[in-house]
Amino acid sequence: MNTWHEVTTLEEIPPLGARVVTTKQGDIALFRTAEGEVFALLDRCPHKGGHLSQGIVFGKKVACPLHNWNICLDDGKAVAPDVGCTRSYPVKIENDVVYLSLA
Amino acid sequence: MKKMKLVMVGNGMAGVRTLEELLKLAPDLYDITVFGAEPYPNYNRIMLSPVLAGEQGIQDIILNDIDWYKENNITLHLNKKVERIARKNKVVVAEDGSEAEYDRLLLATGSNSFILPIPGNDLDGVIGYRDIKDTNAMIAAAEKYKHAVVIGGGLLGLEAANGLALRGMDVTVVHIMPGLMERQLDNSSAKMLQSTLETKGLKFMLEQQTQELVSDGHGHVKSIRFKDGSEVPADLVVMAVGIRPNVELAESAGVYCNRGIVVSDTMQTYDPSIYAVGECVSHRGITYGLVAPLFDMAKVCANHLARMGIAYYQGSVTSTKLKVTGVDLFSAGNFTGGKETNEIVMHDVTGGRYKKLVLNNDTLIGAVMYGDTKDSSWYFQMIRDGKNVAEIRDQLIFGQSHLGNAGSQGQNLAATMTDAMEVCGCNGVCKGTIVKAIKEQGLFTLDDVRKHTKASASCGSCTGLVEQILASTVGGAYAPQATTVKPLCDCTTHSHEEVRKAIREEKLISISQTMMFLNWNTINGCAKCRPALNYYLLCAWPHEAKDDPQSRYINERANANIQKDGTFSVIPRMYGGITTTQQLRRIADVAEKYKIQTVKVTGGQRIDLLGVKKADLPKVWADLDMPSGYAYGKALRTVKTCVGSEWCRFGVQDSTQMGIDIERAFDHMWMPHKFKVAVSGCPRNCAESGIKDVGIIGVESGWEIYVGGNGGIKTVVAQFLVKVKTHDEVMEYTGAFAQLYREEAHYLDRTVHYIERVGLDHVKKHVIENEANRKALYARLLYALEGASNPWAKENINAREFESLTI
Repeated sequence: MNTWHEVTTLEEIPPLGARVVTTKQGDIALFRTAEGEVFALLDRCPHKGGHLSQGIVFGKKVACPLHNWNICLDDGKAVAPDVGCTRSYPVKIENDVVYLSLA
Repeated sequence: MKKMKLVMVGNGMAGVRTLEELLKLAPDLYDITVFGAEPYPNYNRIMLSPVLAGEQGIQDIILNDIDWYKENNITLHLNKKVERIARKNKVVVAEDGSEAEYDRLLLATGSNSFILPIPGNDLDGVIGYRDIKDTNAMIAAAEKYKHAVVIGGGLLGLEAANGLALRGMDVTVVHIMPGLMERQLDNSSAKMLQSTLETKGLKFMLEQQTQELVSDGHGHVKSIRFKDGSEVPADLVVMAVGIRPNVELAESAGVYCNRGIVVSDTMQTYDPSIYAVGECVSHRGITYGLVAPLFDMAKVCANHLARMGIAYYQGSVTSTKLKVTGVDLFSAGNFTGGKETNEIVMHDVTGGRYKKLVLNNDTLIGAVMYGDTKDSSWYFQMIRDGKNVAEIRDQLIFGQSHLGNAGSQGQNLAATMTDAMEVCGCNGVCKGTIVKAIKEQGLFTLDDVRKHTKASASCGSCTGLVEQILASTVGGAYAPQATTVKPLCDCTTHSHEEVRKAIREEKLISISQTMMFLNWNTINGCAKCRPALNYYLLCAWPHEAKDDPQSRYINERANANIQKDGTFSVIPRMYGGITTTQQLRRIADVAEKYKIQTVKVTGGQRIDLLGVKKADLPKVWADLDMPSGYAYGKALRTVKTCVGSEWCRFGVQDSTQMGIDIERAFDHMWMPHKFKVAVSGCPRNCAESGIKDVGIIGVESGWEIYVGGNGGIKTVVAQFLVKVKTHDEVMEYTGAFAQLYREEAHYLDRTVHYIERVGLDHVKKHVIENEANRKALYARLLYALEGASNPWAKENINAREFESLTI
């Protein structure tokens, strides 16, 4: 069972942007796509630990600000030919409220 | 909707590349079936020579393994030669009777070796040189026999001869012409090539015509006999006298052929449901046997198969590089010249170097190089771009000289580097790693190499070296894209110029509008095109286009420089490098209050506070009470000054005040890339004006203005633009140049790149010769800057950017 934590409202995350959530497990980046989907990843690029929350969001990917690795928002995997994965977390949206699970 | 059926006959590089391009554009449009006559999936045919030479195995050169076909739901028939096409019913039939219906048929049947029509050409031990089977036959022959004869002194023949010699055979190359590779080389370079190959042990018989191949009495070749009656022993004969487009199938189906399968600029044959690509086609009367043009065709064909219908193939300029270790030669374009052309030649016999450039008026149309090919990509790019070289004509033959290319130990000749030597100093990539990746991953373009190895992907200073390595590894398959048509990024087929033109002429004022109008193939672009579009819109439509922070790189979104640990650096403006005790006191207080780890004096005469937490940035700015120095932006950075006539005993102009005035007037100016200015008060030039985007030097009678200097990756000295008398003229000329660069440069091109592309004469024409134009440019810049204010001011800060959430 997921324990859902209420984080923020959809409106508080800019489209094609991100917010950082400070948690006991470290910083988590919440991304919002142009279509209004929200994804959560550990805010660390698998390459050199860059803060993904600071990257440019496009499609369902984010470009790490340090060395431009592209990371998929839905599973945290680096786009080939780069290899690596950052942890992803479940997110749900109900009535424009964003919930995050640390499970 | 039911999918259409696409059948491809021929499973080689051109065809499969077309499928790859098609799957990128329209992954679900077709059910795809592929017939290949060979038992292998698509492999890298140009790497057969290294396989023959023993440098690589067959497995290393497979480009698309069987799983690739599976993953893309492609039905693959290997070892099945298609025997006929029933065009009426739209069915292809293979030798074994298997059939496939098609809505669209793609012919990619490639070419066959041309076998000389001489007696004995069917003996055992006589082969062409085209595929894995031929290569294996040669490898087997080299183990068993001693004498090999290669007929044909062209590219393929020489590579075959070199490989056989490396495998221990005694090799003679027979050529009908007086010089080797006559289609790619002129006399001088052909002679140099021949003597190099002779020192490697190859023997040559030139101007020899073969009469017949003589049998040993058991059906195997024994020797080769010439028209003059002489004879040379031969246990293996490789015919490398040329290739013929394989048109048998198309011709038998009544598809119009003339040497090759005749196609239009959309790669369509005379039967509208049949397309053809690769070596089997004849396009505008030309057939191609090199990989680069085939890839161009593949792109166009895929575009039409995907029903986008906007691409045209207009022929290719090709280049040649021989893949023989230790031989460095390159040729491209029309290198023989004619009545209308003239040549620039450099021939250093002892040094083993030869260079010939062929020009038509002031346009480079062809080049041959031997012994030193380091500038081949540069020349080839100019040939493809059809660039006017009048300005650099007197320097052209010496190549592209870069002073102090940092990070590659001063190397500029890839061929002389060992595998263990570092090519890319940013990412620590050695030559051997790059070569291995090119061969094993099947890479053909600079972008491919950058993606896979990261070499030249950061600062780009080693790009020339990487291009050389790529060119010498894949030979003629490497073709740098003409910059004039190079798409802005993978999201579009439009070039920077086309995008800017559309934004201007169609009055597009938002990113989404632009993407829609220009048929972007992604929903919201990528990290490469969005920042470019955002800049182009702001530049074309100041006060109308709305800035999109989400399309800016983090530094410009946060108005500070991100560091490797995720903290930021803060550099306030100190106009002209002048500060006050109050400012210094505030900086000291801020550094203590926010526990700033490092306080550093920058190269631009300012102070950098490093290690600021993002959440602290707004507070730091408020406490500093100084404006942003834009040290993070594609914008006006610093204006560096010397103390000038106010203090210096040599100073003849007040450079400090001039610097302050420029920095204030052009503050908040967004640019295609960072923009640095310096003002020196006398020709001693203590502010280093010679390596700035705009460098101003005070002289007794006024000011000299220099442009396009660069002190970073490539050290380039700024070029003299104009001398003016007054303070106001300095402002006007500087502003007009800045605006011209803002309006015309590609995003992320520094002024040095921009001027290299358009030429200094173009800049002079707009900024100096035409007064009305200069004033108009300057006015547009001032209009764009109207009302711009400090991004660190409270009212300009988007608090949400800096606040984090908690749970």
